[in-house]
Amino acid sequence: MKSDKSIIELRELCKVYQMGEDISVTALDHVNLEIHEGEFVSIMGPSGSGKSTLMNIVGCLDHPTSGQYVLDGQDVGNLDRVQKALIRNNKIGFVFQSYNLLARATALHNVILPMIYSRYKKTSWAEREQHGRETLETVGLGKRIHHLPKELSGGQQQRVAIARALINDPVLILADEPTGNLDTKSGEEILDLLHALHKKGRTIVMVTHNPETAVHADRVVHVRDGRIAKEDTNHNGVLSVV
Amino acid sequence: MDLSEIINIAWDGITNNKLRSILTMLGVIIGVAAVIMVISISAGTEAKIASQIENLGTNLLFVTQNFSFGGPRNQTNETQNSLYYPDAAAIATIPGVTGTETERNSSQTVQYGGNTVDSVSVVGTTPDFPTVRDSPIGEGRFFTQSDLDQKATICVLGSTLAQNLFGSANPIDQKVVVGIFQMTVVGVLAPRGTVGGQDYDSRIYLPITTVFERYTPSRFARVIGDRINTIVVQVGDASQMDSTVLQIELLLAQRHNLSVDSLPFTVQTQSDVITTQTATTSAFGSLLAWVAAVSLLVGGIGIMNIMLVSVTERTREIGVRQAIGATPFDIRWQFLAEALMLSLTGGLLGVLVGVGGSVVFDVLGTAQTVIVPSSILLAFASAAAVGIFFGYYPANKAAQLDPIDALHYE
Repeated sequence: MKSDKSIIELRELCKVYQMGEDISVTALDHVNLEIHEGEFVSIMGPSGSGKSTLMNIVGCLDHPTSGQYVLDGQDVGNLDRVQKALIRNNKIGFVFQSYNLLARATALHNVILPMIYSRYKKTSWAEREQHGRETLETVGLGKRIHHLPKELSGGQQQRVAIARALINDPVLILADEPTGNLDTKSGEEILDLLHALHKKGRTIVMVTHNPETAVHADRVVHVRDGRIAKEDTNHNGVLSVV
Repeated sequence: MDLSEIINIAWDGITNNKLRSILTMLGVIIGVAAVIMVISISAGTEAKIASQIENLGTNLLFVTQNFSFGGPRNQTNETQNSLYYPDAAAIATIPGVTGTETERNSSQTVQYGGNTVDSVSVVGTTPDFPTVRDSPIGEGRFFTQSDLDQKATICVLGSTLAQNLFGSANPIDQKVVVGIFQMTVVGVLAPRGTVGGQDYDSRIYLPITTVFERYTPSRFARVIGDRINTIVVQVGDASQMDSTVLQIELLLAQRHNLSVDSLPFTVQTQSDVITTQTATTSAFGSLLAWVAAVSLLVGGIGIMNIMLVSVTERTREIGVRQAIGATPFDIRWQFLAEALMLSLTGGLLGVLVGVGGSVVFDVLGTAQTVIVPSSILLAFASAAAVGIFFGYYPANKAAQLDPIDALHYE
């Protein structure tokens, strides 16, 4: 599953928030991390550890203060707003804790939204609908494409969000506490779906504070005080320290 | 992002909160409708004046009494300061004057046999009416000076009125009842149509002296006797207009025992009257157009206000769109399109209301209106400009939102 091609390369990455003239908070302190194509990696850490900052930078929502971030062979650390938006559209699929679907749009419309914003692949409405339908089928919602989010359960809404993340065939799925708002059973189903995607060769990075969720990944990266404290690799459900 | 999606999102935003959108649009609707109606009414008024220019007759002078402002009227001065019927006769004797005409109007019921016409405009006038007012006689004759001297109980009918009373029968020498007096029809005017808002054809014309005696509407008016408001003077040669004005002024000063400088009368040429009226109308029209433009501006502020609310309410949606790849350009377009759609929909409805209102005004006769196509374009374009101008700031604000903050907005 894992290949030698690296999808994410963080080198000496720092993020410092300047709060006042004299006060600065170091959220990320010289982080080095490499994630290869086809990996399923969990990023774990308590709140305030810097994992959210790390996720924002990896997701191209934020930029590092110093250091280098190479995504899929491209240095994306210091791109401008527009370029970052295009990278997010084309290379990253987001899955959020609170699903973040558009309330007034149907499941299908939510799923094809990234296609609408794409600058690389111009698609017709028929193509979008076709592709959106197929993608919803792969997450098991082929029969609910015209439902509004409020007509779907939490687990189903998260499946729509996953379908949306997949629609532009990104190199990375970035899931931020994807099971955080779900009951145990729905949460398991979402994790199973992520596993299935992983088996098909998707690269997945999942941010969580829950060890039981983190254990589903191949590799768990522990973040503490802005640094990577330790990494575990998972062999058949048993974590071992690298 | 393609246009159909932009329109789709904008429409979705508007229909999401219909009442709010309608209230917002109302500002633009009122502004646009006001601009169109004001312009159509003032164009209508100018057209009315233009038709008066064409139809009044040629080489005319208008002698009018100046307005007296407020205060108790001095009875002595009242006599000095008012125009009387004999003034008209005196003016007629000035060399170069080819006709004078003056009127006293009232309204009466006219009857012939079984036919009754209510509220007929009764025009007491002088023998020069057909020439001065350019309204020739069709059948029979008009009154003569001796008819006026005798206060003859005769009348001349407008063509429509003649038709209504007599049908195809010959009205000449028949007797009609005007109010409570019997009058003999001596003539019928040739069809003339509406001049300056007055339908010449539906009126009845009587010697002015007969009107003074029999149709003066109130006891007070009877006291004032043969006082008149306007004397219309026709001058034979256009080059003599200015000298005739001077002679009329001298004559009136002499007759009323006043100096020329303190004369309480105004003698205006046709073009003076037209200039004054047009200037007044257009000044009034442009004032109203400014008021209308201001209401359009207020409508724009309403749009800006609601768009700012909309951006705040949808901060999270903006964050989601940004996360999945919407550029600042896409977000800006989305909100600008919504503002523009609000203002253009408002503008379109405003055009309908404005045009509809103008037509209704015209039909009801409240005001003569002429819909100016360029005003529709102007109002609609202003609405669009207002949408862009007032929509840009909120749209730009949305576009500049930080995706992280927007995603975590509660």
